[in-house]
Amino acid sequence: MSSREEILNSIRGIQKENKALPDIPNFQLEGDLVELFKNAIEANKGEILSKKEFENWISSNNFQHIISCSEPFHTYATQELPDDAHQLDHLELAILEVQFGVAENGAMWLDDSQLPHRALPFITEHLVLILSKENLVSNMHQAYDRIGADHSGFGLFIAGPSKTADIEQSLVIGAHGPKSLRVILV
Amino acid sequence: MSHPKAAAEFLKDQANSQWHDETLWMIRDKRDTSSKSIPEWEKLRNLASDIKDNVLSNLDQYLEQFESQALKNGIKVHWAKDAKEHNEIVLRILQEKNCEAIVKSKSILTEECHLNPYLEKHGIEVVDTDLGERIVQFLHQPPSHIVMPAIHLKKRDISALFHEKLQTEKGNEDPTYLTNAARLHLREKFLGAKVAITGVNFGIAETGEFLVCTNEGNADMGVHLADTHIACMGIEKIIPRRKDLGVFLRLLARSATGQPITNYSSHFRSPAEGKEIHLVLVDNGRTRQLAREKFKNSLKCIRCGACMNTCPIYRRSGGFSYGSTVPGPIGSILSPGLDMKKYSTLPFASTLCGSCSDVCPVKINIHEQLYEWRQEITKHHGAVGKGLSMKLASGIFKSPLAYQFSGSLMRKVIKSLPKIVIYNPLNSWGKSRNLPEVPKESFQEWYKRNRHE
Ligand code: SF4
Repeated sequence: MSSREEILNSIRGIQKENKALPDIPNFQLEGDLVELFKNAIEANKGEILSKKEFENWISSNNFQHIISCSEPFHTYATQELPDDAHQLDHLELAILEVQFGVAENGAMWLDDSQLPHRALPFITEHLVLILSKENLVSNMHQAYDRIGADHSGFGLFIAGPSKTADIEQSLVIGAHGPKSLRVILV
Repeated sequence: MSHPKAAAEFLKDQANSQWHDETLWMIRDKRDTSSKSIPEWEKLRNLASDIKDNVLSNLDQYLEQFESQALKNGIKVHWAKDAKEHNEIVLRILQEKNCEAIVKSKSILTEECHLNPYLEKHGIEVVDTDLGERIVQFLHQPPSHIVMPAIHLKKRDISALFHEKLQTEKGNEDPTYLTNAARLHLREKFLGAKVAITGVNFGIAETGEFLVCTNEGNADMGVHLADTHIACMGIEKIIPRRKDLGVFLRLLARSATGQPITNYSSHFRSPAEGKEIHLVLVDNGRTRQLAREKFKNSLKCIRCGACMNTCPIYRRSGGFSYGSTVPGPIGSILSPGLDMKKYSTLPFASTLCGSCSDVCPVKINIHEQLYEWRQEITKHHGAVGKGLSMKLASGIFKSPLAYQFSGSLMRKVIKSLPKIVIYNPLNSWGKSRNLPEVPKESFQEWYKRNRHE
């Protein structure tokens, strides 16, 4: 007997009382979604920028390696996407669009259609995400309603920059991935 | 192993054990604040518990559904009945890929299976990439906490370690500096690895996808740069529907650290073009635990670590005192299921104050199960309790520190829980229960009485 059969058979052999799968109520979040989202991002050590603030920030930095996957921001790009993600190692800034954001926790959803390389939002030193104010949902229940039965090979919630507190619980931003996360609300 | 003995060891460094205690309490506090910001928190806990109950009562069907969906998505599925088979499967894949160096991200399951020493024995370099895990790996230690693997160490220890291993400046204890050194070191490993191994937080039967949640982004760094992703998953990690994630992701990080969600929640459904995903489904004692009516609820655990942070014994005795992969209250009910003799003292490492059950996001009746295990262990006294009685006889419990630990300290600990926390009407875990009576009887007395019954 294969291990698969062995495992499944031993589960089948156990007397179990059938417990029903509950419905999930439609929980709502009170308050202004934009405000809530901003607070959440800041609490996660991200930053919210206007387009103007973004322009100031970028002109005060002298980035040599920028990739943009957002049409309106292509002018900032310094390079095209390489074929192999390993070549992204020196990438300083990636600009990506997200599908929607979640007000309760600042999480933003992207899938393969926003990610020409799945490694992109992780390997870059700084990350800028573009989110439309129209595309805010209140909490994670609505987030999954919105994703629905969408079939993408990879999907991802990003809620902040890469962080760790593994050394004496001191928060350090930029563990392996981005050392900063900026969100441009448009 | 003996919990009291190991705990006494940890308590020797008083300043460190006090810091450990206070830090974990602070995290417990953050969890409270975070959970109180959600009016439906208790409803979410009930939902999570009910969903997991449903999973356990239909586990075979969900596993089959999960497998068939995953196969359709192009994931290769493997089944392992125990740790040995799990390790062999992983090694076989690595050998097929001619892979000699892998990166691994936080996976308690691979710890449980002792995958690292097994692969190393076969000439494969294993690099744990979570910062805390890399630190303990350098020290040849296991993680002491399931969410904060290096919580038992101080920055001076890590500074000295990195000076030796990563050539950082001697005496530089700045966490940012040390983290950056690890970043550079691990970046190289990520770029060089052809295979990446991760654990799994949730597997979705409906879609055949699985989730990996991290704050560092280390799982994704490894996986997306490698050609092959091996995900190792305990069979109890299944949940039925994608929308159930709404419930679990709201609970998980808030319970773990107080943050509203981990910074990265990655949903893997099919491999990127030209790449492979292998999923290893592991039993290793889980079906046995499922068959134990009194203890099967322990399989609902989502490994948030909240029961550890709140536990007065864990906070004071440290994760290593448990001698098991999963320490703390939940470890004390899982481990005796794997080896009752070896872990016979663990269910006694508790005041039975019930704080663990009160914070558990999936409402496992942890402290009741601890009590049940005590009954079981005492019943099997002839076979397993022997080690315990020998320890009693040989005087371990007579040493002042250990005695204090096993008896009066426990009683003191629970008395010293701030009443304001327990009785505060806004406090969700204090609301539903009164502070339990402090046991009047010491462990020794309890044990002596019970061994004759
Ligand atoms: S038993 Fe509950 S509180 Fe403890 S780690 Fe598991 S889910 Fe978290």
